[in-house]
Amino acid sequence: MTQSVLSIRDLTVEIPTRHGILRPVDGVSYDIAPGEILGVVGESGAGKSMAGNAVIGLLSPPARIAKGEIHVNGKRIDHLKGDAMRRLRGKEIGMVFQDPLTSLNPLLRIGDQLTETILAHLDVSRSEAEKRAVAALDEVGIPGAAERITSYPHEFSGGMRQRVVIALALCAEPSLIIADEPTTALDVSVQAQIIALLKSLCKERGTAVMLITHDMGVIAEAADRVAVMYAGKLAELGSVRDVLTTPRHPYTDGLMGSTPLASRGKKRLHQIPGAMPRLDNLPDGCAFHPRCPFAQDTCRADPAPKLSDGNGAACWFPLSHAEAVA
Amino acid sequence: MTEMPLPPDAPIAVKDPSRLSLALQSDFIYTFKHSPVAIVSFVVVVLMVLAAIFAPLIAPYNPFDPASLDLMNGFSRPMEPNAFTGDTFWLGTDDQGRDVFSTILYGMRISLFVGAAAVLFAMVLGITLGLLAGYLGGWTETIIMRVADVQLTFPAILVAMLIFGVAKGITPVEYRDQMAIWVLIIAIGLSDWVQFARVVRGATLVEKNKEYVQAARLIGRTSPSIMLKHILPNVLSPVLVIATISLALAIIAEATLSFLGVGAPPTQPSLGTLIRIGQGFLFSGEWWILLFPAVTLLALALSVNLLGDWLRDALNPRLR
Amino acid sequence: MLAYIIQRVAQSALVLLIVGLVAFSMFRFVGDPIDNMLGQERTQADIERLRTQLGLDQPFPVQYVKFLTGAVQGNFGVSYRQGRPVSDILMERAPATLELAAVSGFLAIAIGIGLGVFTAIRRDGFAANTIMSLSLIGVSLPTFLIGILLIYLFSVELGWLPSFGRGDTVRIGGWTTGFLTESGLKALILPSITLGLYQMTLIMRLVRSEMLEVLRQDYIRFARARGLRDRAVNFRHALKNTLVPVITVTGLQLGSIIAFAIITETVFQWPGVGLLFINAIQFVDIPVMAAYLMLISVMFVGINLIVDLLYFSIDPRLRADRTKAH
Repeated sequence: MTQSVLSIRDLTVEIPTRHGILRPVDGVSYDIAPGEILGVVGESGAGKSMAGNAVIGLLSPPARIAKGEIHVNGKRIDHLKGDAMRRLRGKEIGMVFQDPLTSLNPLLRIGDQLTETILAHLDVSRSEAEKRAVAALDEVGIPGAAERITSYPHEFSGGMRQRVVIALALCAEPSLIIADEPTTALDVSVQAQIIALLKSLCKERGTAVMLITHDMGVIAEAADRVAVMYAGKLAELGSVRDVLTTPRHPYTDGLMGSTPLASRGKKRLHQIPGAMPRLDNLPDGCAFHPRCPFAQDTCRADPAPKLSDGNGAACWFPLSHAEAVA
Repeated sequence: MTEMPLPPDAPIAVKDPSRLSLALQSDFIYTFKHSPVAIVSFVVVVLMVLAAIFAPLIAPYNPFDPASLDLMNGFSRPMEPNAFTGDTFWLGTDDQGRDVFSTILYGMRISLFVGAAAVLFAMVLGITLGLLAGYLGGWTETIIMRVADVQLTFPAILVAMLIFGVAKGITPVEYRDQMAIWVLIIAIGLSDWVQFARVVRGATLVEKNKEYVQAARLIGRTSPSIMLKHILPNVLSPVLVIATISLALAIIAEATLSFLGVGAPPTQPSLGTLIRIGQGFLFSGEWWILLFPAVTLLALALSVNLLGDWLRDALNPRLR
Repeated sequence: MLAYIIQRVAQSALVLLIVGLVAFSMFRFVGDPIDNMLGQERTQADIERLRTQLGLDQPFPVQYVKFLTGAVQGNFGVSYRQGRPVSDILMERAPATLELAAVSGFLAIAIGIGLGVFTAIRRDGFAANTIMSLSLIGVSLPTFLIGILLIYLFSVELGWLPSFGRGDTVRIGGWTTGFLTESGLKALILPSITLGLYQMTLIMRLVRSEMLEVLRQDYIRFARARGLRDRAVNFRHALKNTLVPVITVTGLQLGSIIAFAIITETVFQWPGVGLLFINAIQFVDIPVMAAYLMLISVMFVGINLIVDLLYFSIDPRLRADRTKAH
């Protein structure tokens, strides 16, 4: 197996508050291989974005990495500060945000935003950077890239803007892209295009992708493997096929049941009772037990077991395939 | 709060204490108790207001009673016995032997009175015009809000000066000094109504379309007084914030006008007038005639400002 | 865009017409001009002659139009107090005020924006907090007290700088300048600090709060995520967006500087139009008051117009919206 692009070990993010320390990310470990797309799913507040921010070093204080290690291309980066971390951003790790309307600076031409990013990381002349900017726009499928380079963000539609954002994230050729809900703010009609674009660009270049989303449909379509997060912890990790067809964690099972998938036919949508607990009010034992239909005394007393090396479900009583269907 | 003896079955007895305790437990009181700045500035403001109200009782001398003045006491240094009379004055005396402490108390009285009255005037005017603009709409609204826009283009102090100048031109010479305080109140008040009007107009526009107003209209009751009852609770907190900040501005405006010699006359000196008088002695070394009124004015303006700042944050956390 | 400019110019003209009406009404109805211009020994014939000469026997609208045409040509009548044409007096005094206002305005903008940016970037630093606390005192400190304080320190105690007047001035054509002599420059220091300090505080607080708002935006996070240097993020991306709303208020502040010059000029006995105005109020010299009002409104309206047009050069969205949508 080749060396993974991103490797997270026991990552824990803490936010100290008046009422104690919150752990939006708690002991999470996973790897992403070159060219692989790892989908990270979970409800809002499950810690999936926070993990992405921790990787790129953009946690907003007072949130901080309290424990664990982050390696990118074999290099440990979680302790890097200031300029050392800045050099990695854009160059090794690119990021795509949720809302293309707000992630582009409205007052700067998109060409200028591209060239400044290229110049910040690559040792090229300004004219070369401009050439690359046009190429980057062309690559993400913006028609007439050479002319559009002088346009301002407001002159593009939402889908086109997200293409520009992807061009910006990829223009310094990072080996890892963190895409945080890249399609949530878009029209349904363009969502698929953007996902397809992201997928093909990354496969071509061998870029690893951390695709953060709450949309199981997006995962099914784009991801190779999937990590399910619940209340800051990893609930389940595995290949898309395994997790989607035979979920082993009751939470994943519930998530699948509540997602309308064409392949499931007209079966009634299932709901997970209750809501994810607030981080300052986590139950004892497994965080999911109050909502879990299979919860037993062990689940109420002891924290869920850690995932055994890189695969499986963090559950005392993982579902067997037969139960999952029910 | 003191316990009030109430008849056993008085309905109020049940209702009021619960309301009071609710109020005391509210976030508002909580943040107040936990903000030293708010507490200190509140205490300073209250003390100054009390001192101003009871100035005739507190002041050791009446600085405006010619009989009690002794020119020999002139230019007494603070806390030092006068060379001729042996009298000691806390904060010294001015050229005419007036006790600076007493003139400050009386000056504060005028400053606070003018400031409060001007804000009250601005508030009543602003609320009325805002309500009319929002309720009537059409031409009335256009004219009122246009005037507001034009007036906002100019600094309030300039507007106040112009109004003062015009009013001075209209009043006969012999009444000018007597009328000066009232003219000052109107001038500052007129320069400051716009913000109140804007807030109230906004709230009125929202309230106007609610069903109870439509219903009242249907049965032929269009009286704006019904609306006022419903609108006032909604705008109470912004109006309170604006009023507090306006009070600081009005006190400074009054002091500025009086300092410039277009405000309170020397016969009724406010803090600004006292500073104007004191400035004349700056070069000759009688610093106390200037310093103490200036410090008083600064303390007053700063504490009202801090209180307003805190109030804005406490009543509207989103504005922070 | 042209339509918008025309609309704005028309609005400005309307404001000036209203102000002109106010000024004219003052001129016409406050006190009797005849009383003011003729001494105690006057005959009915004198009064009639002057009435016809001033056009006071004509209908109100005609008088108003005459007043306006006179004002446009710089003819504001004769000062009651000095017996000279108001326009001559204003021309004589204007350079002093304009030079003072220019220096103060420059100080206020340069230092105000600088400190605002500093306190926003170092938002929780000791220096930034100290500056913020001092600024609250600055807002509560009346301008005239600042002036007196400076005079006491630098003129009375230290004896470094003059406490009143403009020092020596040099005459160039119709303009007298204090910029060319040492005493003239020295005399400018205290008044310009006094006049600029309050505006500086306001600009600083405004820049700070706007900048903090901008720094929270997605496009700033995205700029950081692309690995741009802090300097590029703060100044190229954040500052430019901060300045858009700041420009309006700053424009208005510049107008206020000319109005607040009245106070500073009184404290420092600075021979400008402000001191002239305050004396005019004290002596109810209505023609001077009316002329000052007209003059200052032209400046205010002019500044507002320039500010509006400046928007277009900074914000591309406005350019587009106005031409396309409207």
